[in-house]
Amino acid sequence: MDFKQLLQKHKRAILNQWFDLLAESYPSDTATFIKSQKDPFHNPVGDAARKGLEAIYDGIVESADPETFTAFLDPIIRIRAIQNFSPAQAVSFILQLKPLLQHHFEKDLTDSRLHREYDQVATRIDNLCLLAFNLYMQCRETLYQIQADEIRNRTFKVLKRSGLLTDVDDPVGSIPS
Amino acid sequence: MNVNYMYSLLAVVVLFLLSYLGVKAVGLEILFGILFPYLALITFIGGVIYRVMDWAKSYVPFCIPTTCGQQQSLPWITPNKIDNPFTPGATVVRMFLEVVFFRSLFRNTRNAIREGKLTHEWEIWLWLAALAFHYSFLTVIIRHIRLFTEPVPFVVQLIETVDSFFRFEVLTDVVQFGLPAVFMSGLVLLAAVTFLFVRRILAPHVRYISLAADYFPLILIFGIAFSGIFMRYVSKVNIKAAKELTMGLVTLHPTIPEGIAPIFYVHLFFVSVLLAYFPFSKLMHMAGIFLSPTRNLPANTRAKRHINPWNYPVEVHTYEEYEDEFREKMIEAGLPVEKE
Amino acid sequence: MSDLPKPNEFIDRIDRSIPRTGWMDTPIDIRKGMYCYAANPKSVEYVHLPNAHAWNPVEDDWHLPENWKEIIHEGFKTRLERFRSFKVFMDICVRCGACADKCHFFIGTGDPKNMPVLRAELLRSVYRNDYTTAGKILGKIAGARPLTMDVLKEWWYYFFQCTECRRCSVFCPYGIDTAEITIMGRELLNLLGLNIDWVATPVANCYRTGNHLGIQPHAYRDMLDFFVDDIEEITSVRCEPNYNQKGADILFITPSGDVFADPGTYTCMGYLMLFKFLKEKYGLSITWSTYASEGGNFGFFTSHETMKRLNSKMYAEAKRLGVKWILGGECGHMWRVINQYMDTMNGPADFLEVPVNPITGTRFENAKSTKMVHIMEFTADLIKHGKLDLDISRNDNLKITFHDSCNPARGMGLLDEPRYVIQNVARHFYDMPANTIREQTFCCGSGAGLNAGENMELRLAGGLPRSMAVKHVHDKYDVNTLATICAIDRAALPTLMDYYLPDVRVTGVTELVANALIMPGEGERTTNLRGEPLPGMEEEEE
Repeated sequence: MDFKQLLQKHKRAILNQWFDLLAESYPSDTATFIKSQKDPFHNPVGDAARKGLEAIYDGIVESADPETFTAFLDPIIRIRAIQNFSPAQAVSFILQLKPLLQHHFEKDLTDSRLHREYDQVATRIDNLCLLAFNLYMQCRETLYQIQADEIRNRTFKVLKRSGLLTDVDDPVGSIPS
Repeated sequence: MNVNYMYSLLAVVVLFLLSYLGVKAVGLEILFGILFPYLALITFIGGVIYRVMDWAKSYVPFCIPTTCGQQQSLPWITPNKIDNPFTPGATVVRMFLEVVFFRSLFRNTRNAIREGKLTHEWEIWLWLAALAFHYSFLTVIIRHIRLFTEPVPFVVQLIETVDSFFRFEVLTDVVQFGLPAVFMSGLVLLAAVTFLFVRRILAPHVRYISLAADYFPLILIFGIAFSGIFMRYVSKVNIKAAKELTMGLVTLHPTIPEGIAPIFYVHLFFVSVLLAYFPFSKLMHMAGIFLSPTRNLPANTRAKRHINPWNYPVEVHTYEEYEDEFREKMIEAGLPVEKE
Repeated sequence: MSDLPKPNEFIDRIDRSIPRTGWMDTPIDIRKGMYCYAANPKSVEYVHLPNAHAWNPVEDDWHLPENWKEIIHEGFKTRLERFRSFKVFMDICVRCGACADKCHFFIGTGDPKNMPVLRAELLRSVYRNDYTTAGKILGKIAGARPLTMDVLKEWWYYFFQCTECRRCSVFCPYGIDTAEITIMGRELLNLLGLNIDWVATPVANCYRTGNHLGIQPHAYRDMLDFFVDDIEEITSVRCEPNYNQKGADILFITPSGDVFADPGTYTCMGYLMLFKFLKEKYGLSITWSTYASEGGNFGFFTSHETMKRLNSKMYAEAKRLGVKWILGGECGHMWRVINQYMDTMNGPADFLEVPVNPITGTRFENAKSTKMVHIMEFTADLIKHGKLDLDISRNDNLKITFHDSCNPARGMGLLDEPRYVIQNVARHFYDMPANTIREQTFCCGSGAGLNAGENMELRLAGGLPRSMAVKHVHDKYDVNTLATICAIDRAALPTLMDYYLPDVRVTGVTELVANALIMPGEGERTTNLRGEPLPGMEEEEE
């Protein structure tokens, strides 16, 4: 059995543990709530994680392309980017998969062939973490952008109307001659 | 470590030891069988009246029902008469459903079942357990009227008949063995109170918000139910003597008959403690629900003016002050003004 | 080297750092992105509210008066006597936990202190300590704790993380309403001058100029004139409104946010068009007021008294102008104030008539005392009687869902009127899942004065459940338009959508009405109010 098959065989067990680890990054009382509440609208955090982690796991096994990863990683990161996490904490759940695999396949990994295959998976996880960090930064940039946009939109019309702003399509008019 | 339930458990254990040893070792039957029950009853009645009067003393300045359905507006739009009651009558219906069926809590359950699937393990049972708890408790209380009346009213007998679900007796020449009728309510009460307690400990968000004051009544009621059931089915307390005592209490000729086991006094003491504790605790929600302004007021505030008894005049910015400040600019902009 | 943690240890350490302590022992951490800036003392001073002073939430010293505990104690006592809601809600909670996961802020932030029951316990713990026998004797075992500076900071932090949306109250078996708790909590904080600027400054502005931004009367007129020009460009009809006109039939009051900020401005243009239509076709005269130019009432987020002071302008202006009744625009908390407070505070409005729509003859019996009608009730009535000329194909490119705003939903019950209007001016309408709409609607996360810029993370977290429900209909039915009847929603939801669902736009319902409305004497319309080509007009545009 190669490592890929092993990963597929133990998917359920590993996924459950991985999900729990992610939930436990919240205060403990919230964590159990995230694990137990199944309604997607009352538990969007758990819902995004439950849907996302499985797809990401499959992606790691199958070596999926970055677009696929992004599609499922984005909802999770988008939420974590505005919650009470440092940047490292926000993406750390991805790296947690490695010790999880090491622990789960401790015996199998003594086999050098399997270990080499594991190393490839580990590299994919590292790359995924980098991808997550990109997403995290994008979310933060969006956050700052919309903050700036909001301030602008709130007063834009007033400023424009009061003659303090000039349209760009009339640049000549704004330059005193 | 959550010490709240340990405190509560400890308190109930101490109460048990006090009453059990008090009667068994020291012989304080008069204290636990007569004095405490009277004191507790006085505290209960006085306390509840005091609390309700105290609430009623506070004003209801605004009519602020939580509207949980379509308002009454245009004649061709169907209003939700119960959840957005326009008339006092509809408000009574809303309150009735709230008090009798815990309608708002039921919303929770409805949410827990989505697309036929159970989505939140604890919440589905909360409504059911709450209903089971309150109604079995009520039944148990009604059954106990038997001990305070002679002859026993028909209604009480009827409820007993409905409540007792089976009778188990072995009557042969050799063996005569039997159980008195098993009352469903006692068992349901015990089960419901256990569930509510376990839920408090195991459901994480509920444990987080729970105080000692939440565990204590549950454990105490568990103690009451357990001691009651124990007396009835296991230790077989002398029911005749017990009734003699309770009838003595109710006719104001208290006596301490011979032959009542200490467990009876434990039971009675627990009940006394619960009664005395009641007015000072969250158990007052029983009366409070009737006074909750988000439920007991009709949602017709635009049609009927609600009066605020302490409505006082406030400092306002009048139109005159406004025009005085901006008159010139208003005139310039072509806005009509009072004084040119 | 040996000092450095191994990578796994490092992750373990950062992610398991939260200690398991009871909520009373978990210290408060006022976090950037979650709180709003302190009130500008000038604004507090302007409306003569107590203890105006400069302070900073993240500094240790909040510069409180020396007797601050006494002030709170007295204020608490007064409110217990004045408000039965407050007193009863302090006493009867059984902590059943039914409300715990109903709060959008708990769902979004995961912070246990955002569970409604705990938000209330923040006050209850002090209540027990100061006013109950059990609390005085048993202290912490009875859930009591003395008021300290840390407790006060916790109040401030969490009462400005509640949008007074009342969702928890729907599920509470005793109807305990966290909005009431938060209102009282904020009143107490205001006794010490501890407001947030996003509430305090709009209050001062509104008091002085009649609107939140502090726009003076001539500039207000300027803004509406600007819309009149825009509308003329699109429809070739000039929709000049009446200002402060005595003897008009109806006084119209709407939140000023719609006059100044997109996309509310399009809703505002919608009002202008609707009123012009009614004037031309049926001779109905509706006037705007520059004095009562604010429907929204940020006083509601400060104290009952401040709410009354700001609200007084509505009746005062209606009386001065001698109108028959008042029509109110699309707004959330404004309607809670009008529906449940205005008549009691500033009534009786015996100088007004029972509202009758002169065009349809409908008598608004449900508003016969307050004498103020919601624009959705008014428009629905017009549509029902076939009084509006509509070309609903102009909204064919929109797949619409409707966000029930908290206050009209749970403080009024205005649920079917806007849906009726939308479905009569547009073809494609899809409701969100049942447990996220109507009386169970999720808040936008920015209500009750929390629509500031500096607390963006809080707002995005609070808006998460709403966004996920929109996402559901977006994925399922291709919904691209989120309609709403609240000015705060129109300011807050676009931001929320920008973050979670960039291809969903936010619109007011009256904007949809105006797009479909065929104006008397209009030219060929090729664009909607936003200047975007109407369906079928895409080529002509080019």
